[in-house]
Amino acid sequence: MVSLKNWWPTPIRSLFLFLVWLLLNNSVAIIHLFFGLLLAWLIPLLIHKFRLIQPGIKKPGVALGYGLMVLGDIIVANLQVIRLVLGPNKKLRPAFVIVPLDLTDNLAITILASTVSLTPGTVSADVLPLDAEGAGQRFLLLHVLDLVDEAELIAQVKQRYEAPLKEIF
Amino acid sequence: MSIIEWLVAILVVAGSLFVLMGSVALVKLPDFYTRLHGPTKATTLGLGALVLASMAYFNFVKGELSLQQLLIALFLFITAPITAHMLIKAALHLKLNGAKQTSGKENAGL
Repeated sequence: MVSLKNWWPTPIRSLFLFLVWLLLNNSVAIIHLFFGLLLAWLIPLLIHKFRLIQPGIKKPGVALGYGLMVLGDIIVANLQVIRLVLGPNKKLRPAFVIVPLDLTDNLAITILASTVSLTPGTVSADVLPLDAEGAGQRFLLLHVLDLVDEAELIAQVKQRYEAPLKEIF
Repeated sequence: MSIIEWLVAILVVAGSLFVLMGSVALVKLPDFYTRLHGPTKATTLGLGALVLASMAYFNFVKGELSLQQLLIALFLFITAPITAHMLIKAALHLKLNGAKQTSGKENAGL
């Protein structure tokens, strides 16, 4: 007997695909509903053997709060960056900074790196070592537009962004 | 003008200003690494504001339900940091030199 898990492997992904399809078409006409359901069923079925197992979100509430905090920080970071951009170039103190990570999971590190790129005057440049998931200490290399205090920046990244991510995953 | 129209106008102007600032950063800043900060932050937020303006306009002024702009924002916020990450990795791989005052170059192997 074929179990439900075999012919409908990832229900949440299916729901997500269905919603994305409707949003792409910007319509809830019958034809789009029908085709969306078909794709939402067929695509996960075809690809689920190739996918990497990712950790689930353990605390959705914390994840939501994290998202909102990041949105707020994006606005603040932008105003800072604009002020720096409009000021004289000579005043900038660009720097490369290494942040030791407590996170070990690839997905969590990706989200941290993306957040850091979008927020506080920093762009994530590299994860070292790259291919050592779950094996020892890893580092995130950041480029900072205007570095005031290295220790403070590292502490900020770790407390503000890494700590909630550790809780979520 | 109604409140919604004011809101749309403010969002469009703010969004355009942010995108402009992102472009100014691309032209003005001293080296490749600092120039990357413009498009990852200012441009992303600027486009976010424009997307919000578009949603407000179509949903409330035109009275049509239109949510597909959410997808634009979603894909933008997912892809912008990844693009920046790949660009800066490529620059580091080529050992592109940063501005003189850059500190911590040894961290990046420059």
